[in-house]
Amino acid sequence: MKALDRKMLRDLAAMKGQAVAIGAVVACGIAVFVMANTTLRSLEAARGNYYTNNRFADLFVSLVRAPETVADRVAEIPGVLAVDHRVVEALTLDLDRMPEPVSGLMLSLPDTPDSGLNMVHLRQGRLPDKYHDGEVLVSEPFAEAHRLVPGDTLNTTIRGRREKLTVVGVALSPEYVIQLQPGGIFPDNSRFGVFWMSRRQLEAAADMEGAFNNLTARISPNASEDDIIDSIDRLLESYGGTGAYGREDQYSARFVDDEIKGLRTMGVIPPSIFLGVAAFLLNISLRRILTLQREQIAVLKAFGYTNQEVAVHYGKLISSIVIGGAIAGSLLGTWLAVGMTDMYLEFYRFPVQIFSPAASVYIAALILSMISGTVGMLGGISATVRLKPAEAMRPAPPTNYKQTIVERLGLQRFFSQAERMVIRELERRPIKAALTTVGIAFVCAILVVGRFGKDSIDYLIDFQFNTAERDDVRVQLVEAAPYRALHEFSSIPGVLTAEPFRGIPAILTHGPRSKRIGITGIASDNELFRLLDVDGNEVPLEGEGLVLSSVLAETLALNAGDEIEVQILEGERPHRTIQVSGFVDDFAGTAAYMSLPALNQFLREGRSISGAYLLIDPVRQNSVFRALKERPAVAALSLKKATIDSFMETIAENIMRMRMINIIFASVIAIGVVYSSARISFSERGRDLATLRVIGLTKGEVSGILLGELAVLTIIAIPLGHFIGYMLCLFLSKALETEMYRMPMIIRPETYGVAAVVVLLASLASALIVRRKIDHLDLVTALKVRE
Amino acid sequence: MIPPESNAEASSNDSTPPSEIVFELKGVTKVYNLGTVPVHALRGIDLQLYSGDFVVLLGHSGSGKSTLLNIMGGLDSPSDGKVLYRNQEITKFSERELTFYRREHVGFVFQFYNLIPSLTARENVALVTEVAEDPLRPEEALELVGLSHRIDHFPSQLSGGEQQRVAIARAIAKQPHVLLCDEPTGALDVQTGIDVLEAISSINRDLGTTTAVITHNAVIADMAHRVISLADGQISDVKINDSRIPPAELKW
Repeated sequence: MKALDRKMLRDLAAMKGQAVAIGAVVACGIAVFVMANTTLRSLEAARGNYYTNNRFADLFVSLVRAPETVADRVAEIPGVLAVDHRVVEALTLDLDRMPEPVSGLMLSLPDTPDSGLNMVHLRQGRLPDKYHDGEVLVSEPFAEAHRLVPGDTLNTTIRGRREKLTVVGVALSPEYVIQLQPGGIFPDNSRFGVFWMSRRQLEAAADMEGAFNNLTARISPNASEDDIIDSIDRLLESYGGTGAYGREDQYSARFVDDEIKGLRTMGVIPPSIFLGVAAFLLNISLRRILTLQREQIAVLKAFGYTNQEVAVHYGKLISSIVIGGAIAGSLLGTWLAVGMTDMYLEFYRFPVQIFSPAASVYIAALILSMISGTVGMLGGISATVRLKPAEAMRPAPPTNYKQTIVERLGLQRFFSQAERMVIRELERRPIKAALTTVGIAFVCAILVVGRFGKDSIDYLIDFQFNTAERDDVRVQLVEAAPYRALHEFSSIPGVLTAEPFRGIPAILTHGPRSKRIGITGIASDNELFRLLDVDGNEVPLEGEGLVLSSVLAETLALNAGDEIEVQILEGERPHRTIQVSGFVDDFAGTAAYMSLPALNQFLREGRSISGAYLLIDPVRQNSVFRALKERPAVAALSLKKATIDSFMETIAENIMRMRMINIIFASVIAIGVVYSSARISFSERGRDLATLRVIGLTKGEVSGILLGELAVLTIIAIPLGHFIGYMLCLFLSKALETEMYRMPMIIRPETYGVAAVVVLLASLASALIVRRKIDHLDLVTALKVRE
Repeated sequence: MIPPESNAEASSNDSTPPSEIVFELKGVTKVYNLGTVPVHALRGIDLQLYSGDFVVLLGHSGSGKSTLLNIMGGLDSPSDGKVLYRNQEITKFSERELTFYRREHVGFVFQFYNLIPSLTARENVALVTEVAEDPLRPEEALELVGLSHRIDHFPSQLSGGEQQRVAIARAIAKQPHVLLCDEPTGALDVQTGIDVLEAISSINRDLGTTTAVITHNAVIADMAHRVISLADGQISDVKINDSRIPPAELKW
């Protein structure tokens, strides 16, 4: 080993505390980068393979009933590559261990296995035999939730008829990577399941012999999706088509896409912050080393080492810290990615293990860390190169101090000598002080962002499901029924209130923009389902006016008072222009509301409802559920609160885990920044501090001077960090906004508090480490050393 | 702790050293273990310093004079033997007691001044007066060293001699009983060195502060009451100057 390299290793050993602190910050940045990007690629690869291998459709459409020949006409539409028609029916299940009826969806399987689109992936058992009655496949998440295995039987109701079904297999489908009840916003694997039956059997159960009520298609990548949708809609109009939609409106596909979008943001923003902070720390540390080694550099140059050799020497020092951090970060990131993909598998069901590390991610990580190292070397190395040997042999000129602004304003009488030292030090190196403050502020910001997701979702749930929607159970009827059906519900003992709704699919068109959506008619005096604006004020349903989700108004470029074309997709398919009377600020899903009588009139029907919102006496909940189970007209039940509770329970552990990681990583940067700054100040001012000790200042007083500077910066950094955190959350809430969810811009005071406390504790921990150095300051030696 | 003492009784008159014992060193030994080889910096020093005494410790580098001064100033502790400061055994002091001993009783002057670069002359002195019990005002202390006109200057704006005089002002502002100077002129040219020695001498004369000055410059010894020569960790010679030469007349 060359002598210069040996020197580099010894220099590294001498600054090991700082090297570890900075390396750890690099490692955190690289770990988040590797974790997010590996997970992203794994998820994308798994999605791509799954969709391709199992022939996931591009377009989906439901209709009332059409003869099979209609499907052939769809296949003839230019750009359509393949068409699959099937029967899809809602069902309810009566499970012994669940008091409430459970909803499900029954899909028909093609007669020939491995044909058609959206092929199921068999995990257990076998496919149903079309000649055996009542054989079904059950989706894996539902099977897991209820511990169902082949051979188990299920009591179900399909189209009002009771059916005893036998589980013969457990399966997955690309259509249900995430399994969500239609209209639901959170998955609840115990209250909603997907089932498959042979086409022949389901046709019989649903009175659909020789017909279909659901169609999916694959289209050529070059074809215009919108044009094909238009053609299909025209074709299926007379068969009760409810409007075709693409993958971007398919629940499961959209969920996965939204997740990928989120991972993309996560793979960019946090690593940039971490690596930016690392670059800054490297920069100040290197400058300090170069100052201390000024004379050594001069000697090297005097002995004939070239500028390049000297620069490479210090470059190696920085590189070893950065590469060490990158390797540690890659290992940590890989480990986290394994955990993250495992966590995803709880929610997103893929037929294969999805974790697939990619070399390109690690190469990118190494390049990123080298970029941060290069930024860290900016300025320092060029100053070394410029240094003339003879000049460097002389000690550096004495540091210049001047009166600070505070003193020029005549405020110095308020400060002790120690405080003046702190103020002048800060003012003499404003850039270092500013960057240190920004570094600590980002720590605080990262902590705020880390807790924002939960704050936001808690607010969303509280606003949407405690304040706006207050029903316990939502009952969906098999088909629209006369208004008196409502009295049937309200007369069930234990039902406290029953309020009606009428739901109908429609297409809203405003100029060139259009959107397929369900219109919900509600009574204007509804108490269980209220339309609220962002401030919690009720949005009135006036006359025939339409009230829309704000996000829908954005999509359609609408203002209150605008007229909009409404095409109903069921029944007589009426069409007319309606005025938009207001907007509702909901955070989940998109919706359009009308007053119930106006909607009934528009549909040219008598007073009809498609379901009811129920408020239930909790004591008599089970008897209400039993009564509902006995009513064949009930197509589906949704227990929003129960669903939300179970979902929050499922994700609670993950949220805790993510928060812990967030706190650990943020603390690592906080300690990195504060420790490095304090360590450098200690090194720069060791002699001053020793002098102060010699002339009789206590350890505490001396520590106060050194650490006071950091205390000031930390205290400035906290509100700044809260502000940066707020802005990052604002950015994220916009970047991650989807039609399914809007993140309310809500940050709880506790979040700001926790961020501040973590920053203070991390700073304190770093201060204590440096404080130990002050305690062990060798007074005699420090006095002899000439700076 | 050590009771404060009035300086009035300690006023000296020319070359006769007053008799009250301020420092008493008994068999002070210091061994440094540098690696595996023990280095004997001091080998059983016995020494007494009196109130108002002006002592020069003379010796080559490595003779142990700095170690001796550091031990008397409470910066270092002996391996063996004891040091009594006004009958208190400082070698038994805790770290904190030593800090307060330095804070209240000892003034230090160093070869490289050791001023705080971020504080002005006045503030460097105030650093001490703010924690001392009965200090001079910083302005008074600076006046004693003849620096009234440079009071608001930062160290980087002062010459070496001026910086050393600020350091002396800082050392005496607390009205210490002892002034310990380690090569105070070591980094200065002759004329500036003489100015600094004048300042130290007048402090000793006017305030009666017991003063010990380390130097390897034998000429400086002529201004002291007593000259103690050290060689190889031992006192090799003690000389009492019958007539002291004022700093202005020293030549080297």
